[in-house]
Amino acid sequence: MIAIVDQANTALWMFLAFVAATLVITFFSARQSKGASAYFAAGRRITGWQNGLAIAGDYMSAASFLGIAGMIAMNGYDGFLYSVGFLVAYLTVLFLVAEPLRNTGKYTMADVLAFRLSPKPVRAVASVSTLTVSLFYMIAQMVGAGVLVRQLIPGIPYEAAVIGVGVLMVVYVVFGGMLATTWVQIIKAVLLISGSLFLSYLVLQKFNFRLGEFFASLTAISSTGPSGETVTRNFLHPGLIFKNPWDQISLGMALLFGTAGLPHILIRFYTVPDAKTARVSVVWAMLIIGAFYIMTTFFGFGAASLLGPDYVRVNGGTNMAAPELARLLGGEVFFAFISAVAFATILAVVAGLTIGASTSFAHDFFVNVIHHGRESRPGEEVKVARITAFVVGAASMGVAILLGPSVNVAFLVGLAFAVAASANLPVMLASLFWKRFTTGGAVWGLGTGLVSSIGLILVSPDFMKDPIFPLKNPALLSIPLGLLATWLGTVLSKEQPSEERFVELTVRAQTGLGAEKATDH
Amino acid sequence: MKDKISERISKDPEFVSLVRNKAGLIVPATLFFIVYYFALPVGAGWFPELMQKEVWGKVNVAYLFALSQFFMTWGLAFLYVWAAAGWDRQEHRLLRKFGADPKE
Repeated sequence: MIAIVDQANTALWMFLAFVAATLVITFFSARQSKGASAYFAAGRRITGWQNGLAIAGDYMSAASFLGIAGMIAMNGYDGFLYSVGFLVAYLTVLFLVAEPLRNTGKYTMADVLAFRLSPKPVRAVASVSTLTVSLFYMIAQMVGAGVLVRQLIPGIPYEAAVIGVGVLMVVYVVFGGMLATTWVQIIKAVLLISGSLFLSYLVLQKFNFRLGEFFASLTAISSTGPSGETVTRNFLHPGLIFKNPWDQISLGMALLFGTAGLPHILIRFYTVPDAKTARVSVVWAMLIIGAFYIMTTFFGFGAASLLGPDYVRVNGGTNMAAPELARLLGGEVFFAFISAVAFATILAVVAGLTIGASTSFAHDFFVNVIHHGRESRPGEEVKVARITAFVVGAASMGVAILLGPSVNVAFLVGLAFAVAASANLPVMLASLFWKRFTTGGAVWGLGTGLVSSIGLILVSPDFMKDPIFPLKNPALLSIPLGLLATWLGTVLSKEQPSEERFVELTVRAQTGLGAEKATDH
Repeated sequence: MKDKISERISKDPEFVSLVRNKAGLIVPATLFFIVYYFALPVGAGWFPELMQKEVWGKVNVAYLFALSQFFMTWGLAFLYVWAAAGWDRQEHRLLRKFGADPKE
């Protein structure tokens, strides 16, 4: 410990304070969590604004905080396009998914599909899709966490950081369930918003709060080009990163339609008492998420203007732009605070992913596929979920350590969104709104969306020198393929869909008749 | 028993009108935000001169268009919440008519 320099110590202490607070919450949640509804859905007693903060905390990952700030700092405007997509996506969630899902499901996305389709095959495939999306996303977060901690707190090796993150997320989920996960996400959202607000304030202060001056400083940013020459660019111009516009469109499709299919976001709607609260919570989340992404203007472009791309490149690289800006403007203590916030950000997201994956395995696969929808012993579902959380945690730690810190894992996040957009969303919408839809359509839709997304990534520029598929994100092609398979699987199957169940599903989705209730204390 | 209630509710004119009201907002609003959102990467990719035009000081069309997406999103969200308050009232009337307590 003595070898670690002072500034690292401040960051470490702030981070330990966050960990201590979250462990206290986990302890109290564990005493409250009795029964499956308490464990998986926090008893459905989370309020609208609480769930809004928790959705924001579940969603805003280190990739959006550090990654987008860094992209804007290095190349300007194109990075800001990410910010836009991450927010607009919530209109899909609000308009099409949140309320019907809350009304018709219990713990998972597959509940909606199993309502009127043959439950075993759709739950099995939906569970595979959920686990795949969650694991991809989680591995990306874990590798990111390891790299980050090494930079933020020198002296802590990559492996130790990965194990630390993994152990904490497993502890939250295994002992505290959804209630603890929710509060970890709420605290993180509050910290992240406070940190970004203060950072934005400091940036604007540098420009005497004159927005015109701030934007004027962005029109001539100088940096060193590839062959050592000085390049001056207008950072408000589009096209400095994305040379092929189709890349942008494909990524946009993945974000816009994938967010509403991300299992760890969807399960948050089961934690509130009813569909109306689910609706209110999405709007709270949109206000918080939108405010955060607008602020990337100040701390992203601010880093470009005040630090400059060259400084960022040699001082920890893209991901360190926001913390380095905090150091410049607010000193070592603020640097430590922003670093601790970044770590809290990762923890909240991986905890959400872990409970999403373990809920789906326990509820969809173990109880409903293997045990025909009945627990053989009371409390078995929760027990299996706890074991799964442990296994998922161990597996993602193992993979993250095997891959090592130098592997580029950013594509895994894009892949998770693409699978969610191509497999989960089409099938969920067909199940809710298409009368003729069948089990065959669901199985083929989920399978094709999943396989085509992964297949296209394997032949994309991230994996091949001469890529067969030219775009970095597969969504532009994999979404139409998923839709086509959903349609073909339906029209080609001989199965007669149950009209009675569809009527029941429609009435329930639209009015909340028979929806799962909040549990009493 | 529950199935029969659903069956009867689904045929009730109030339910038909509720679904029609929801679709009347959700379908056009969804089409609108999809078109509005994808206009941004299309503009950035294929119409750089237009996007680089400076409108307010050094602030160009590209940045203002991106920023407008946030307000478009919030605007549509509030429009939806406002309309949904009406749907909630309709839903309560409907459920009460069939003897189901909407609060339950």
